[in-house]
Amino acid sequence: MLSIKNLQARIGEKEILKGINLEVNAGEVHAIMGPNGSGKSTLASVLAGREDYEVTCGEVEFNGKNILELDPSDRAAEGIFLAFQYPVEIPGVSTINFMKTAVNKIRQYRGQSPLDAVAFLQLMKEKMKLVEIDQSLLSRSLNEGFSGGEKKRNEIFQMAMLEPKLSILDETDSGLDIDALKIVANGVNSLRSKNNATIVVTHYQRLLDYIVPDFVHVLYKGKIVKSGTKELAKELEAKGYDWIKNEAALV
Amino acid sequence: MTTATESIWKEILASSTPTYFEDGKEARKKAFAQLSEIGLPTSKSEEYRFTPITKALEKRFTWTRSTPASSAVSIDQFLPAIGDTHLIVLINGKFSKNLSQLEGLEANVVVSSFEEADSKTKSIIQSLIGTVSKTEDPFAAMNSAYFQEGIFIHVPANIQVAKPILVLHINAAQEKQVITHTRLLVSIEKGSSLSIIEKSDSLGTQPCFHTFTEEMIVAENAVLDYCKIQNDAGAAHQVSNTFIAQADSSRVNTFTLTLNGQIIRNNLTIQINGEQCESHFNGLYLVNGNTLVDNHTVVDHQKPNSFSNEMYKGIMDDQAKGVFNGKIYVRPHAQKTNAFQSNRNILMSESATINTKPQLEIWADDVKCSHGCTTGQLDEEALFYLQARGIPYASAKAMLLYAFALDVLTVVKNENLKAYLDQLISERLHKNF
Repeated sequence: MLSIKNLQARIGEKEILKGINLEVNAGEVHAIMGPNGSGKSTLASVLAGREDYEVTCGEVEFNGKNILELDPSDRAAEGIFLAFQYPVEIPGVSTINFMKTAVNKIRQYRGQSPLDAVAFLQLMKEKMKLVEIDQSLLSRSLNEGFSGGEKKRNEIFQMAMLEPKLSILDETDSGLDIDALKIVANGVNSLRSKNNATIVVTHYQRLLDYIVPDFVHVLYKGKIVKSGTKELAKELEAKGYDWIKNEAALV
Repeated sequence: MTTATESIWKEILASSTPTYFEDGKEARKKAFAQLSEIGLPTSKSEEYRFTPITKALEKRFTWTRSTPASSAVSIDQFLPAIGDTHLIVLINGKFSKNLSQLEGLEANVVVSSFEEADSKTKSIIQSLIGTVSKTEDPFAAMNSAYFQEGIFIHVPANIQVAKPILVLHINAAQEKQVITHTRLLVSIEKGSSLSIIEKSDSLGTQPCFHTFTEEMIVAENAVLDYCKIQNDAGAAHQVSNTFIAQADSSRVNTFTLTLNGQIIRNNLTIQINGEQCESHFNGLYLVNGNTLVDNHTVVDHQKPNSFSNEMYKGIMDDQAKGVFNGKIYVRPHAQKTNAFQSNRNILMSESATINTKPQLEIWADDVKCSHGCTTGQLDEEALFYLQARGIPYASAKAMLLYAFALDVLTVVKNENLKAYLDQLISERLHKNF
């Protein structure tokens, strides 16, 4: 589904990604872990098409398409979803109106007719249940005055609405208490299928107790320095990142 | 007077004896003398520093040329879709009785041109006119000297005028330039309410210059809703001086929407002469091309315990220029005043500009006042967020601008009018989501 080859990117003069290689297949959950500043969020942003980053080398193919040439909105329409670490507050735009626009723009991209008000509402109700989010929250301005947990839940709600093929969760656990974490994880798990894939970017193992990964990769100084199964995450939790850093220094 | 204005001044003098000048001659002479003394504003005049209206008048207008008389005009294309209204139409500054629709007004409500008013009404007009329009503005003086037509609206006590009154100005500039000076005098007595919508348009591409002087007297417990729509695609040059005087417990909501024109200057002055008053005055200017829009507002708290809230927003594209000056006065006796002001702007191009200046003068010590002005570009982070959800750049941009602009409409209570304004704003922002 997703094939990243020797991806290098920088912001300004600063090289952040220094040659990432990663293959993600349908049905898989990959966790990307690593110490602060290792480039985890940059990778998520580059995949979603944030313009602050300049891709200097490498390829990213998504279902056979070179997505580096696509606008962020086209990438979303192709089925890539980024759950933001810091969801943006947008006064004056309600989540409902925003989602209605997003759903129908994506349908338009795919050559489908727009959902009418009734069909949209039905879809929304169904997805609201999934992430246990209240309609009153969705009628309010997007993320404005939402708690950290509400913002993250709203991200997962949007993910449920857009039914992406590849979801990238960027530090979705940050700022969540354990109850909110469980709700968010339940939402993500119930959206998992053999047809879609998930990349979980996280600093801590905690989230991976609830969203169990098939593969764990450790990113350090802009490169994946170690890959393994969920056991690797447990090892990192127990031993910290220092041994990885030491190992990397030896290479 | 500087040499820059001398030529235009000579032309004005040369054209200073229109027939209507006979009407109220003394008052006109006085205004004329005032105008001679003040002179037209130059680039050095503090109040017109950023708005070179005199230059435009000098370059684009010939003052000796007479304004064409009102001709047969179809007004349908200019009528806003805002449901049922009363209608006052002025063509080239003259009241058109034929085109106006004033049937079905509540009993004893008077709508009349100054000229056609009966003797009783005329004496009311005489007693009210000029009482709230104290200003040093040269164009107010010009208007007082030269106005061709005045419309008087009188709502006696305890009458709620059900339908809004739409005042439609059309300048027919297909062949010649049009210069018009009109007045509006409104008196809403105790416990009454009235909604006025004023819209100006022009035909043709010849330059138009229009001064408006508007005096609105809002008595105790009365309510005024006033909306000004400036969406004239022609070569419109306008200076309006709007004065609203509020007595105890009155409420005023004003909204000024500017979408088009060459040079548009709005002076809005709200005098709070009573206690427990509430005034909300909002404005939105969405301009592009070479349009210059200048809003100068004054709210003058003369009495204690009143509340005023002002919110003006602007989006400037291309070479458009915005000017905002917001004065808040809180006089020594006006304790417990709450006065808030905000002016927010978005610049969409490198060559668009905004000059914004809040001016607070507070003499009372127990008040709550705040002001804030911001100027910026669109929030890139928000744009990316919307795009990352599949909304293409152009739609995302429109969505954010729309969201930025729209809360100024909270002051508009009439749902039909609100929907119409919403539509104008959406169209301007190419909102297609």
